[in-house]
Amino acid sequence: MDATFSPSRRGFLKVTGAAGALMVSCPSDLLAAPGRAARDAKIGLYVRIDRDGQVTIGTATTELGQGTLTSIPMLIAEELDVDFAKVRTELIPTPFTVDKGRIRPLSFHSGAGGSNAVWRSYDPARQAGAVARHLLVLAAAERWGVDPAELTTRDGMVLHPGKRRRADYGDLAEAAAKLTPPKDPLPLKPRSEHKIIGRPQTQKDARAIVTGQPLFGLDRSLPGMLHAVVARSPFLGGTPRSVDETAARAIPGVVAILPIAGPKPGELYGVGGVTAAGVAVVADDLWTAMRGREALKIEWEPGPVRETTSDRMAKGWEMVRTGQGQVVRDTGNVDQAFAAAARTMEAEYEFPMAAHATMEPPNAIAHLEGGRLRIIGCNQLPPIMLDIVARVAGVEVGNIDYEPVRAGGGFGRRIFPEAICEAASLTKQTGRPVKVVWTREDDIAHDPFRPGGCHRVRAALDKDGKLAGWRYDLASKSQLSDWLPLPPDQQWGFEVFPDDFPGITAPNLRVAWHRLPTTAPHGAWRAPGYLANAWVVQSFMDEIAHALGRDPLELRLDWLGEAREMKYQNRESGPVFHTGRAAAVLKLAAEKAGWGTPLPAGRGRGIASHFAFGTYVAHVVEVTVADGDFTVDRVVSAIDCGLVVNPNGVVMQNEGGINDALSAARGQEITVRDGKVEQSNFHDYEMMRIDRAATRIETHIVPSEATPRGMGEPPLPPLTPALCNALFAATGKRIRRLPIRGQLTA
Amino acid sequence: MSFTVNVNGRRRRVDAAGETPLLWVLREELGLTGSKFGCGIGSCGACTVHVDGAAVRACTVPLESVGSARVTTIEGLARGERLHPVQQAWLDEDVAQCGYCQAGMIMAVTDLLARNPDPTDTDIDQALTNICRCGTYPRIRKAIHRAARLVKEA
Repeated sequence: MDATFSPSRRGFLKVTGAAGALMVSCPSDLLAAPGRAARDAKIGLYVRIDRDGQVTIGTATTELGQGTLTSIPMLIAEELDVDFAKVRTELIPTPFTVDKGRIRPLSFHSGAGGSNAVWRSYDPARQAGAVARHLLVLAAAERWGVDPAELTTRDGMVLHPGKRRRADYGDLAEAAAKLTPPKDPLPLKPRSEHKIIGRPQTQKDARAIVTGQPLFGLDRSLPGMLHAVVARSPFLGGTPRSVDETAARAIPGVVAILPIAGPKPGELYGVGGVTAAGVAVVADDLWTAMRGREALKIEWEPGPVRETTSDRMAKGWEMVRTGQGQVVRDTGNVDQAFAAAARTMEAEYEFPMAAHATMEPPNAIAHLEGGRLRIIGCNQLPPIMLDIVARVAGVEVGNIDYEPVRAGGGFGRRIFPEAICEAASLTKQTGRPVKVVWTREDDIAHDPFRPGGCHRVRAALDKDGKLAGWRYDLASKSQLSDWLPLPPDQQWGFEVFPDDFPGITAPNLRVAWHRLPTTAPHGAWRAPGYLANAWVVQSFMDEIAHALGRDPLELRLDWLGEAREMKYQNRESGPVFHTGRAAAVLKLAAEKAGWGTPLPAGRGRGIASHFAFGTYVAHVVEVTVADGDFTVDRVVSAIDCGLVVNPNGVVMQNEGGINDALSAARGQEITVRDGKVEQSNFHDYEMMRIDRAATRIETHIVPSEATPRGMGEPPLPPLTPALCNALFAATGKRIRRLPIRGQLTA
Repeated sequence: MSFTVNVNGRRRRVDAAGETPLLWVLREELGLTGSKFGCGIGSCGACTVHVDGAAVRACTVPLESVGSARVTTIEGLARGERLHPVQQAWLDEDVAQCGYCQAGMIMAVTDLLARNPDPTDTDIDQALTNICRCGTYPRIRKAIHRAARLVKEA
């Protein structure tokens, strides 16, 4: 296992007791991967056993619907030997240390991002459970005057089988809390003894959700709290030229009208935490604030660039057709390979910008009082967010009390802290608790958008139809360079993936990235970069197979070749890509889907697979096309995510990921015209409903003892190409531009 | 303006402008935050509540139009600890991911089953127009069929 629990760091588990409870906490340091700085991982967790036997497990991993509030506690409960159904779970604030007054910007390896929470928690969380169990056993041994080795545990009890004695954990908690934790890591259960890991568990918050409990940030309030909505510049990069507040101020309940400073020209959004200048209307209640905003009369000064998406994309096409770009991988001799090829092929694919549109729009509560800043909100990367917010509020980062709440969807959106920063600015300006709420119109127009891009891909084939050369050119804007001070030569990292199959197997490979500026703010959108690239590459392979008269599955298996490990140089997904595991998911999905069996006219079947975040996913999609539209009749998936912690969670993420990718591919696109985003709400930003959803999904999980890897994102990338390949099989129409929308109309 | 509304079997007094959407009255004035804000234009259905038993999108219903009608929110659906069959089916199928849209889904489905106790997949497709960005639709469909069985057995 290349993960996380490092014996040299043992002793970081802390044991404390209070009010008769035993508490074993695991600071973030323990979760750092070997060789990484301790501050590089900020997931914290704890287990508490109260006198009445109640077990509570807290995790600081942001819960956005990906299920970590269930799956991470499962790891602790496994080693603790308790009935998981009785375990309570809760979100806890991210632990952090302050270094020279700042939390330094971190990699995307902590919080909720990069599909890594479960696998990074796998060893330390189990160790925390084992330590708690160990102390309870020692306490029982002392009480009974027996050798701890004679004792066993089961369902929250310590048992002495020889003397037929038993004690509940709750009775032992107080004594256990006074014992010294072991110096060395404890042995963990062998896989064969797992009773919780690997068995389907339902989501811990499910009952609270179906009864409408106040779990979300939007549901929270503070005494004396003001409500704010912000009128933001409709022009990207624009500023208010003049503001007539008269009518707004006349509305009873409007308390203040205050500026929100936008980013200075050329300044990273990460400095001030917002992407747009605005005017905030602060009122006693939310509806009044909304009416106040309606009543504002603002003249906006457009930004320096008033771009239009179609013009920008035309520039992108020119770049990838005529420019060299930044060559990020150049192995073998690509030019020679293409010159000597028996056949070359080339295709262009255009991927659109998209908004996140989390069902819960951005919101946050902040209260600055006595030099301390209290924040109630949700963020996917709390350490980075806290650092920015501290700057905005003018407090030391150590003086922030952050109360995380469950998020109504994340998908990358809640990496970015605009609502929290606006709330921090407004509590600073008013001295009162302020809740900032974004309406859907705010959300769609001011999202940190998923990058759109111009993808040009070329293959050189030898006389046997093997891949001799591969070229990939992408023009896009880096999704993180708006926020983080990334050196220009490192901005390609989330945009192109030189080690993706089949490029990784090509003896001659050149991958280039072309910087295509835009004033539209950008950010990470679930399976960032992979979603676009997998669509292009896996669609293009389908094109090649058809051009060569070969079966698309057979071509992929042939190109994957013999089972072997290949170096995959990307932190989220590597360190290796295993061609055998990639082939296995393709074969399994194909077999279960009846690949190759005939379908009636108007129907089609497509296959695609992708490797992302360490997980291998293949989908076979079946569609029916009629009257210029399509339905997805069936999706058969095969998944190898290594050792599975919660099989139910894997199936949920697969079903959800498939429909998320399908919804985006069907109809989602953000465009800019004359400097303004053209879409504003669900009437012009299309979200899929149940009538077009894939609801017949079969998820097949490959049994594996390999390191557990992520599931939040990997199901998405192969869905889009499997869908488009199925549409091609049904109609002969190749989708080279997303969204699909009206392209199937004859 | 002062209004009296009948919410979850209780008469509640509200001081608010007549055009205030029912959603904000429920959430901000009455503290019933189970009904969610998703779009404000009656499109996504996250705010779905019942008015005299029929599903409506509370973000587009002005307070002054409610009158003496019975309003039921997600908080008023269960009978004490005993969940409504639709809520129970949601648990049995473990539908929710982020969970934000599910209160509105459940309220919409409760109304659907009251009108059509045994809906076909096509009926569901036509009747249920709420949005779930997490894509829990496969389990929503299963949970609706399960809830239909639970209602029949009850």
